[in-house]
Amino acid sequence: METLTNTIHGVPLNHYIMLCSIIFSIGVIGVLIRRNAIVIFMSVELMLNSVNLLLTAFSVYRGDATGQVFVFFIMALAAAEVAVGLAIIVMIYRNTNSIDINVLNRLKW
Amino acid sequence: MSTFYFIAFLSIFFSILVITAKNPVHSILYLILTFFTFTIHYILMNAQFLAIVNFIVYMGAILVLFLYTLMLINLSKDSEPRKSSLVKIAGFIGGACFLITIVAALKAFKMSDATVVVKDGDLGSVKNLGKILFNEFLLPFEISSVLLLSAMVGAVLLATKDPKTA
Repeated sequence: METLTNTIHGVPLNHYIMLCSIIFSIGVIGVLIRRNAIVIFMSVELMLNSVNLLLTAFSVYRGDATGQVFVFFIMALAAAEVAVGLAIIVMIYRNTNSIDINVLNRLKW
Repeated sequence: MSTFYFIAFLSIFFSILVITAKNPVHSILYLILTFFTFTIHYILMNAQFLAIVNFIVYMGAILVLFLYTLMLINLSKDSEPRKSSLVKIAGFIGGACFLITIVAALKAFKMSDATVVVKDGDLGSVKNLGKILFNEFLLPFEISSVLLLSAMVGAVLLATKDPKTA
């Protein structure tokens, strides 16, 4: 463990921000280009996780454990969100026999 | 140091595969791999508690929930709906503009010499985080338990069939 964590010495904080913003953008693109509701949901999870990673990186950089506690709360929130969201998707599938989001346009003006 | 770049490359590679895979089951399996690389990132930053929680909660619970939902939903008859290529290109351009904005803001901010160094090896340990969680953050912790309870009740309420209409 000690030798493994020593390898992190010298990685610039910028590169963590770059990595997390790239993965966040991939999540945004996934939400925009896919029509399958479950894949869109997975892209949202990807965005949440990239933010978690960046919060942890800043927490380690500042030497302040509060950021990691915050990540823990975000994970609890994500679990609740996934449970409710997947229940909604199952309900939509039962009513429309499809999880294509273009079918769900009844709330459009 | 090169370990970080290798794992970062794998994270980006697998997350691109998540959004480009045609079969949703393959998407979920690639998402599991992406979250595994995130766990390795946490270990590299010596955030042991978060590594374990990420491993158990995300890879163990949330993605299994995704897989079960996908298997409940029969996707074989409506094969993956496709968006027109115009919408795809527009989406890609939108995401790329977002990325460019963030990177440009980072460049303008000029903090190039800051490096992430694990100063305190005990920072992310279960003992240290538990002390902080149950002293300063006791009230949010309890409120999150109420949140999980309400989410459970809501999920059961939404997903059960209405006996009158069934």
